[in-house]
Amino acid sequence: MSTQHSRTAARFMIAPATVLLLGWMLIPLCMTLYYSFRRYRLLTPDRTGWVGFRNYENFLTNPAFMDALVNTLVLVLGVLIITVVLGILLAILLDQPMFGQGIVRILVIAPFFVMPTVSALVWKNMFMNPVNGLFAYAAKALGFQPYDFLSQAPLASIIGIVSWQWLPFATLILLTAIQSLDSEQMEAAEMDGASPLSRFWHITLPHLSRAITVVILIQTIFLLSIFAEILVTTNGGPGTASTNLTYLVYAESLLNYDVGEGSAGGVVAIILANIVAIFLMRMIGKNLDA
Amino acid sequence: MARAVTQKRKLIATFVAWTIGIAIFFPIFWTILTSFKTEAEAIADPPSLFWFDWTLENYGVVNERSNYPLHFMNSVIISVGSTILGLIIAVPAAWSMAFVPGKQTKNVLMWMLSTKMLPPVGVLIPIYLISRDLGVLDSRIALVVVLTLINLPIIVWMLYTYFKEIPGEILEAARMDGATLKSEILYVLTPMAVPGIASTVLLNIILAWNEAFWTLNLTAAKAAPLTAFIASYSSPEGLFYAKLSAASTMAIAPILIMGWFSQKQLVRGLTFGAVK
Repeated sequence: MSTQHSRTAARFMIAPATVLLLGWMLIPLCMTLYYSFRRYRLLTPDRTGWVGFRNYENFLTNPAFMDALVNTLVLVLGVLIITVVLGILLAILLDQPMFGQGIVRILVIAPFFVMPTVSALVWKNMFMNPVNGLFAYAAKALGFQPYDFLSQAPLASIIGIVSWQWLPFATLILLTAIQSLDSEQMEAAEMDGASPLSRFWHITLPHLSRAITVVILIQTIFLLSIFAEILVTTNGGPGTASTNLTYLVYAESLLNYDVGEGSAGGVVAIILANIVAIFLMRMIGKNLDA
Repeated sequence: MARAVTQKRKLIATFVAWTIGIAIFFPIFWTILTSFKTEAEAIADPPSLFWFDWTLENYGVVNERSNYPLHFMNSVIISVGSTILGLIIAVPAAWSMAFVPGKQTKNVLMWMLSTKMLPPVGVLIPIYLISRDLGVLDSRIALVVVLTLINLPIIVWMLYTYFKEIPGEILEAARMDGATLKSEILYVLTPMAVPGIASTVLLNIILAWNEAFWTLNLTAAKAAPLTAFIASYSSPEGLFYAKLSAASTMAIAPILIMGWFSQKQLVRGLTFGAVK
């Protein structure tokens, strides 16, 4: 089938997608690099010039940078741990025989389809609001003082909201993987007297390792660039308590109008994401080819 | 005996799973419910579950006052437009990678996946400045193009895994029976590819509809899709829970329904075919 002729045709068919993606990556990337060494403020666009590494110095020595870096890690790891652990438990539960399994599944995956701005605003106003939120009513009804989630524990609250959004994704993928588990192997282990816990540890978990890897990989890509949830709930505050790297670069460039320093931040974000990506690609490379 | 134990276990599993399912779904349920309340009832203490005066007033107010139909249309045009454009570019690419794989095919696919790892904020400034200089800031066309490009790797991957499953022998059999290239494509390949293309379309529309980094940063009043429109509710302006709920319900309903129909394909699409 693959004659010389069809090979050439195939190249032509791949070309548009490849060229476009290459352009989409390279052109903005080069521009970000260029701006990161220039003085460029949107309010005083006429004063330009090369500034060497000064933008990087400013960005990296900004105390907000360390906060944002730590917040980014806490946010990503926090959501990953919550969604993977609860996702495994939920997937095992949903795999049990029960009445109305299809409906429960539909209920559980629903949050994934809610747009980020809606879920953030609904949680912020209707649940976490210290005056009118449902949590405040519940606290008052039980005789406790209402808790102002988004100003007392902004990052933890955002982790909660984002976990609610991503738990369905983890559950759905892990459930799909569990359903492909060989039931004969399970039964054999059960006959041999293996306890439920050891069956989980020695059969289910190893079987899920590939799916867990995939969940971690995909979620990390999306979690590193969480933005809308922070923008509509806390605006990164109070102070920098819930600012992640994505939000910091946005604030620096489009709120402070400093394109140069924002670009330096963008380059830093790309480098950090690449470190994570290399690590992750190695991990899935091992797990996916097997 | 074993029967009775299983039955009991099934009941317990049912109870636990339904409790958790309802808890997870509750915020969505509550939003839909609140959209039918008056603003006063929406913040009533204690909150009422079903015993309130149901009203459709909020939907009317949201539609009239805030130009909701415009934002809804923006969402439709941006998500459908970027999906169609993406398909036009991705179908030939995925097709040839699945049927005429070369030595580099695996690498090209991996490279495409790796472009998804580029954090959007790293290219925010250039894209913002380019859009500004081209005069397409706050326009639908800019978002269609940007969303096409960010979702292109997912479309290619998803189509590739579907096309890969079409057995080559069928093509050979058709050719042996004297099918021309045209009838081969029309009567053999297309019918087999349609389900895969349909799920790709569905998933991509969902992703584009909910995309909230570029839509928030590249639009203002004119081209703002629902993601950006809803975000404008984040500034508190007095009693607005019921209206926020009505606007939110309208924004999520179409996608929620589409999503429920595409749950199976979702797994495959979002895991780049690694989990089926």
